[in-house]
Amino acid sequence: MLNPQLTPDGKLRHLLSTEGLPRAILNQILDTAESFVGVAEREVKKVPLLRGKTVCNIFFENSTRTRTTFEIAAKRLSADVINLNVNTSSQSKGETILDTIDNLTAMHADMFVIRHAQSGAAHLIAQHVAPHIHVINAGDGRHAHPTQGLLDVFTIRRYKPDMHNLRVALVGDVLHSRVARSEIHALTTLGVPEVRVIAPKTLLPQHVEKLGVQVYHDMREGLKDVDVIMMLRLQNERMSGALLPSAQEYFKCYGLTPEKLALAKPDAIVMHPGPMNRGVEIDSAVADGKQSVILPQVTYGIAVRMAVMSMLAGNSA
Amino acid sequence: MKILIKNGRLIDPKNNIDTTQDIYIAAGKIVGIGSGPAGFEATQTLDASGLLVLPGLVDLSARLREPGFEHKATLESEMQAAVAGGVTSLACPPDTDPVLDEPGLVEMLKHKAKQLHLAHVYPLGAITRQLQGKQLTEMSELTEAGCVGFSQADVAITDTQVLWRAMQYAATFGYTIWLRPEEPYLASGGTAHDGEVASRLGLKGIPAAAETLAIASILTIARETGASIHLCRLSTAEGVEMVRAAKQQGLPVTCDVSINHLHLTEHDIGYFDPNCHLRPPLRGQRDRDALSQGVIDGTIDAICSDHTPVDDDAKLQPFGEAEAGATGLELLLPLVCKWADEQNIPLPQALAAVTTKAAAILDIPAGELSLHADADLCLLDPAQEWKVEASVLQSQGKNTPFLGLHLRGKVRYTLVNGQLVYQAA
Repeated sequence: MLNPQLTPDGKLRHLLSTEGLPRAILNQILDTAESFVGVAEREVKKVPLLRGKTVCNIFFENSTRTRTTFEIAAKRLSADVINLNVNTSSQSKGETILDTIDNLTAMHADMFVIRHAQSGAAHLIAQHVAPHIHVINAGDGRHAHPTQGLLDVFTIRRYKPDMHNLRVALVGDVLHSRVARSEIHALTTLGVPEVRVIAPKTLLPQHVEKLGVQVYHDMREGLKDVDVIMMLRLQNERMSGALLPSAQEYFKCYGLTPEKLALAKPDAIVMHPGPMNRGVEIDSAVADGKQSVILPQVTYGIAVRMAVMSMLAGNSA
Repeated sequence: MKILIKNGRLIDPKNNIDTTQDIYIAAGKIVGIGSGPAGFEATQTLDASGLLVLPGLVDLSARLREPGFEHKATLESEMQAAVAGGVTSLACPPDTDPVLDEPGLVEMLKHKAKQLHLAHVYPLGAITRQLQGKQLTEMSELTEAGCVGFSQADVAITDTQVLWRAMQYAATFGYTIWLRPEEPYLASGGTAHDGEVASRLGLKGIPAAAETLAIASILTIARETGASIHLCRLSTAEGVEMVRAAKQQGLPVTCDVSINHLHLTEHDIGYFDPNCHLRPPLRGQRDRDALSQGVIDGTIDAICSDHTPVDDDAKLQPFGEAEAGATGLELLLPLVCKWADEQNIPLPQALAAVTTKAAAILDIPAGELSLHADADLCLLDPAQEWKVEASVLQSQGKNTPFLGLHLRGKVRYTLVNGQLVYQAA
């Protein structure tokens, strides 16, 4: 089966998942992002790489942060940007997801940034669009959120350049997390030797070890000697019910406190894809502490998204 | 109309026949095998050299979509598909709209099907009104109207008290209860096997335990009530083992598997192929092997197509939102041949699971080439290769995981009641 994200000659055509992307392409994205980090610090924060192109941010599911960073990234590349929150417009009138895409294609969009509550939505759209159109998955169900995974890896690389000598721990709701899946694939492809997941059994998918990770249920044990701690967001509706008894008990067992952080390496960095639930998955003292790189993650997010968009535009047929 | 079918390889699993012989048909019946009755003069002669002459297939699960879902398929389109696939008798589940829970509806469906002069349709009545799992249907009346058994289609009866009563009531009259074993809470919201692939793709899983838990409940209640049970579309290795044990204990239980599950696994979902969104979900390699073994050793009585035509609008959706199901009537026979070939078992043994053994479950006179039997049969060219494509399928549903695959074996002629109802172009 052909990888649907690559052109026949192996270049990036869509960004749908970090799974199955060759290491060379991952590195190319990260290296390109590196060159965009400086753009934001210049007086004129724009480069003309996407001038005359139209980027459509189509969000079938709400998001503020991701949509905004994609919008900023596209604008810094000089693209025209259209934002569409579809859950509030045509889908409620019964239009199918592919109808929506066809309509926007007819308006000569060049790139679609898609967020959807269903796993596989971005793949479906990518299989359907005309050859000159690029699709970026901005999060599909529990499946993937590749730009988030890449910006996390980019952040790690900035602070810990030797990827072959790292221990990374992901803590929390792996089961529902597209971010976790995207990070795991990116990290393992880039040669990180040890990726751990730390969570209660109710928040881990079946056979999670087949993704190439080591499983821990005891956070104290799992954090021992790690270089990177990646906290995952716990959705409100999952805090009390059959998955977890309460936010309090969750924080007690799996919340990141200064005391638990001390078990990791002294120079370990703390990450979170946001938005954070302070006091549920992370203690404020840690979130705002000197080991936290949570805000740099947001900044780098723009550079990584610029990198992806410019590479896709450069690979146009 | 008197038809002579000459020089074909006759395979009739019921009578242990596998030989080259002529077959003589008159007045809708088989009147001679090997030699015809005195004075037989054929009005039509079919040269079956190089072809297999088989009993018409009996499919235990084919959705015809009428009434209520004519935008997905019509009785006519699917009956055409049936005979194009060599299927001459089929059982349809009651999940139409309205649900088959009233004798009038069943009579109408039977009547409409009969008017078409294609395959025989055997409706399964609903066990509970509107499949809601609360009030029993009038099973006796429905049987008089033509129902051959009672089913909940894909809707579980969550209330075990109702399930118990339904089995007691059915057992009173000797009716068979057809259930697809799936515990609804464990399966809730799931769209794929709760395994490696679902974890990777971020799809909500349906654990194997959803099937085994349901089988355990059903078998326990069946044992208590004495009801005859048919379990539809097993999907797990553990499920096969439970049925094997139940049969050894002498419980009156039969079961089937869909042909899709004998060929495919969760890995075929690939990059979210919605055509692989099936119910029950495609499971692991180990399950597939156990299902095959179950058919071979007779634990699984029949193979069905689980024919479910779905319109493009409902299928071209993200995997989880795409409607489950695959079209199958025209693929059943070549896929059974392929399966027999891959498993290295004799073709007659494999064909028994789609002919005589399926007919026995429905308790209908079909699936055999006996003398004086109804002349329902099909002629298959076992060597003809064809590519599964939307344009070659008669079914209104073009949704199948096998799209693009080259299959060997194509039906050339189908006869129902001695009438030629299908002839390949």
